Amino acid sequence: MEQLKTIGRELAMGSQGGFGQSKEFLDLVKSIGEARSKAEEDRIVLHEIETLKRRISEPDIPKRKMKEYIIRLVYFEMLGHDASFGYIHAVKMTHDDTLLLKRTGYLAVTLFLNDDHDLIILIVNTIQKDLRSDNYLVVCAALNAVCRLINEETIPAVLPQVVDLLSHSKEAVRKKAIMALHRFYQKSPSSVSHLVSNFRKRLCDNDPGVMGATLCPLFDLITIEVHSYKDLVVSFVSILKQVAERRLPKSYDYHQMPAPFIQIRLLKILALLGSGDKQASENMYTVVGDILRKCDSSSNIGNAVLYECVCCVSSIYPNPKLLEVAADVISRFLKSDSHNLKYMGIDSLGRLIKMSPEIAEQHQLAVIDCLEDPDDTLKRKTFELLYKMTKSSNVEVIVDRMIDYMISINDNHYKTYIASRCVELAEQFAPSNHWFILTMNKVFEHAGDLVNVKVAHNLMRLIAEGFGEDDDAADSQLRSSAVESYLHIIGEPKLPSVFLQVICWVLGEYGTADGKYSASYITGKLCDVAEACSNDETVKAYAVTAIMKIYAFEIAAGRKVDMLHECQSLVEELSASHSTDLQQRAYELQAVICLDAHAVENIIPSDASCEDVEIDKNLSFLNSYVQQSLENGAQPYIPETGRSGMSDTINFRSQDQPEASMHGLRFEAYELPKPPVPSRMHTASLEPSTELVPVSEPAYSRDTHQVATVPSVSDAGSSELKLRLDGVQKKWGRPAYSSSAPSTSSSTSQNTVNGVTQVDAAGSVISKAHKTNDSRKPRVEISPEKQKLAASLFGGSSQTEKRPTTASHKVTKAGSHAAGKKSQAPKSAVVSNQVTVEKTIHQPPPDLLDLGEPAVPSATPSVDPFKQLEGLLDPTQVSSTANHGAVGATESPDIIALYGKTPASGHSSSAAISLPTNGDGVNFTAGLLDATISTTHAGTTLPTQSIKGLNAKDSLEKDALVRQMGVTPSSQNPNLFRDLLS
Amino acid sequence: MIHFVLLISRQGKVRLTKWYSPYTQKERTKVLRELSGVILTRGPKLCNFVEWRGYKVVYKRYASLYFCMCIDHEDNELEILEIIHHYVEILDRYFGSVCELDLIFNFHKAYYILDELLIAGELQESSKKTVARLIAAQDSLVEAAKEQRSSISNIIAQATK
Repeated sequence: MEQLKTIGRELAMGSQGGFGQSKEFLDLVKSIGEARSKAEEDRIVLHEIETLKRRISEPDIPKRKMKEYIIRLVYFEMLGHDASFGYIHAVKMTHDDTLLLKRTGYLAVTLFLNDDHDLIILIVNTIQKDLRSDNYLVVCAALNAVCRLINEETIPAVLPQVVDLLSHSKEAVRKKAIMALHRFYQKSPSSVSHLVSNFRKRLCDNDPGVMGATLCPLFDLITIEVHSYKDLVVSFVSILKQVAERRLPKSYDYHQMPAPFIQIRLLKILALLGSGDKQASENMYTVVGDILRKCDSSSNIGNAVLYECVCCVSSIYPNPKLLEVAADVISRFLKSDSHNLKYMGIDSLGRLIKMSPEIAEQHQLAVIDCLEDPDDTLKRKTFELLYKMTKSSNVEVIVDRMIDYMISINDNHYKTYIASRCVELAEQFAPSNHWFILTMNKVFEHAGDLVNVKVAHNLMRLIAEGFGEDDDAADSQLRSSAVESYLHIIGEPKLPSVFLQVICWVLGEYGTADGKYSASYITGKLCDVAEACSNDETVKAYAVTAIMKIYAFEIAAGRKVDMLHECQSLVEELSASHSTDLQQRAYELQAVICLDAHAVENIIPSDASCEDVEIDKNLSFLNSYVQQSLENGAQPYIPETGRSGMSDTINFRSQDQPEASMHGLRFEAYELPKPPVPSRMHTASLEPSTELVPVSEPAYSRDTHQVATVPSVSDAGSSELKLRLDGVQKKWGRPAYSSSAPSTSSSTSQNTVNGVTQVDAAGSVISKAHKTNDSRKPRVEISPEKQKLAASLFGGSSQTEKRPTTASHKVTKAGSHAAGKKSQAPKSAVVSNQVTVEKTIHQPPPDLLDLGEPAVPSATPSVDPFKQLEGLLDPTQVSSTANHGAVGATESPDIIALYGKTPASGHSSSAAISLPTNGDGVNFTAGLLDATISTTHAGTTLPTQSIKGLNAKDSLEKDALVRQMGVTPSSQNPNLFRDLLS
Repeated sequence: MIHFVLLISRQGKVRLTKWYSPYTQKERTKVLRELSGVILTRGPKLCNFVEWRGYKVVYKRYASLYFCMCIDHEDNELEILEIIHHYVEILDRYFGSVCELDLIFNFHKAYYILDELLIAGELQESSKKTVARLIAAQDSLVEAAKEQRSSISNIIAQATK
């Protein structure tokens, strides 16, 4: 066996002709490998790029040489340098006839180009040709490129051929064609929406690889439109059952698990199909339960399947027995030493607590452990879990923890994220206004610039509106506590701008409201702020306006206003500011101060931030002024479109403009030339935009047109354009695309699905929010002892249930918020819960009805999937076809036999690795090592190499080969020789 | 969906990159710098996942080489770990006790193998045998082309048979 392996390796090496590249290239790779710094590496690469630039443009380069140049380009690009000068050569190489070069060309272009690159258009033709090739390897190479390079515009060019390939005789081609269609679907769902039935058909393919690949697009389709696939539940369940019972060929086994990757995909699909659907879920219970019980929890892949099972169980209609088993799995994960499993445990716990909140309590210590783990990833995952289980009883502890963590990290991305979570939780569950204000202060203080500006506006609105109740005393208490805390915090250096804006606004609005602080004290503070932020105009503007408000309130209250000296100098400075906004504010302030109390009260009424400002859009109050001016002989106003001379320019531009928007590609032959009709030309060029937006194209194209030409195109003009557009459809439009169903319908149906699933969650959350409440629980000090922390996190739930309602004004809001959050659906969906529920009750979709008789799959094609499946899963038949394919496909049976034998022995090469090493082997290799590698390094490599005799020998051979090539591998890095799978 | 695959050596050298989602060259460099900073500094006992810019990066170390894959938030991390291992096993079988050096000098081979395993960011084939067969078929064609040039390596191969 070992001997066979060695020969195989040599064969593999041999086939590459000693790495297959020239010595020059090997030297290059080596010198880059030995570069001591990034700078040195860059220098070498840049120099090499210069040489290559020169050489690659020489005429008549031999193809073999060119291939190597392309590989070099790939290498440079991989190292992060720009190799764009050679892209065109890679493109040319795809045109070559020999597969060897073509394959290199395709590899290079797929690595170089994104699907929006200009050169793609030069490859499309080649791809079209190659997709029709007799050689299936050429087709495969082309399909690889299709997946990477074809974009929305070029899909039509290759789509028919890819569809044809779905029934190719080679399973590898069918598989790639499926994946290519999947990619098309991702890029432009409408372009392949009429082909969706092909995926269903391929599910019954008699090659398990093709079937497995088909699950990818089906998963996407089901995610979007679950109802039309309910009929497949039974098929998926039976496939999963057969996979789990090892009815697939042995070659799909992975570490003794039967086709685990296929199992995982199936479980994901079942989770979608069973979500909120009792009937569908009942079909799944047995098979999911079986897998949960039988699955090997000692291997990583086994745990991957188990985790997917837990996800599935927590998504489908709950079954107490399965939930119990899933909880067992979770506790096994959490108790494990492996951080990976702990992480998965925390994640699955977060999923399962939605179903059975009580299971969190038995794992409280494990959760605390994870929270205090030095591993950031684990910690963040745990915060995610805590976020999901936050209630008003434990919100203080959780948010405090989150804020502490937020302060301790530097990663801005995550800081933003966790800050928004803190805000969200605080808004929903705040036990008291005071706590809420303090929490928001902390968040703003430490992550102010990262927080969405909306949050700041929300905070201001909240302070202004109070908590929506008519409890004025509570509101004013909230405001004065806010003012107090802000005055306390305002002296701190380096406060974020957003926070300062909030502070200024609140101080201006409510600083003197409760009479505790004098106007001069508050304005003094505001002046300080404005001075401290001399660079931040927004803050300055907020501060000046706040000062103006305070003085206005004073004047309105009939008190005499003494403007502070610093205030005056600030206003003077600002009235000479470069910013017109600041200038205006300063002048306004000066003007307001000079007015009498009555006028000021009208301009700036006290505590009126929540009042609506009425705006007279017609400017009717100007009428008398206009009238007067007209009488005095002024010219009447003529709208821009009504002025003479304008219509010409409109026409001129609108004729000119469409050319720019003409970026759609046509792949059919051009039609016969006809005498040009100007008006038709003009409208025809609008066509591409209609093609891109099939749903609402007339409105869209008209809008863009209008905007793009002249802002004041009259109504008449635009309707004219619209009329012309009708002609376009007849002349140029593609019926296949315009008739395809718009994607909006599917999205609405998804909303209804969301609605159904949310109802439970929303309902329960609201009721829970009613039960639990925020009666002031004595604030739990976070003691170092985990027990206490655990009690505050988990234990609170049972106690809070009995507490009387005091602050119920928060409840309804919290409830609806929670619903929105838990279901993670657009808010509109939540709002329209009622509507969607009604809808689903009164007129359930036909698919749901069909599920009453699951035995009758309504929408299946003429072929019976089950019969096909049986054929597919018959091991003997499949393996025989597989063998047949192998023999037909290749000309070097030795390698095949070699490859074939290893899996037959049970598993992968890990079998070989686990072979016990005999002492002789070690000695032998040790001796050899001494001879070839300098003694110092022998010492370092020896312990790792002697783990397995074969390994050391292999690496020696490689070393010898490298030397033979004249490349001495870097002696500093003996690791290069280490077997990756050791 | 897998957004990209990276192979980075312990010294931070790039051994292979494959991008399934569009990234400009600038973004790629940034991603590489950021991620190698995060991943290479992580301790051995920590979990093999890193949350990064709203995605998750699953990595695994083999000898001196880190295999990293970036995935969506809802993907199964353990499964990705196994996909990485699956890839390494296929490489191992192809090269015969694969080591970093193999990948350094034969990165294009590693790309071809990856293309048979993953396509458009999804696992296309979970059978090692099938992947091996396809790669062998491609190699044999390459070999047929080379035979005419009667390379020395073929003679060596004959001799060792």
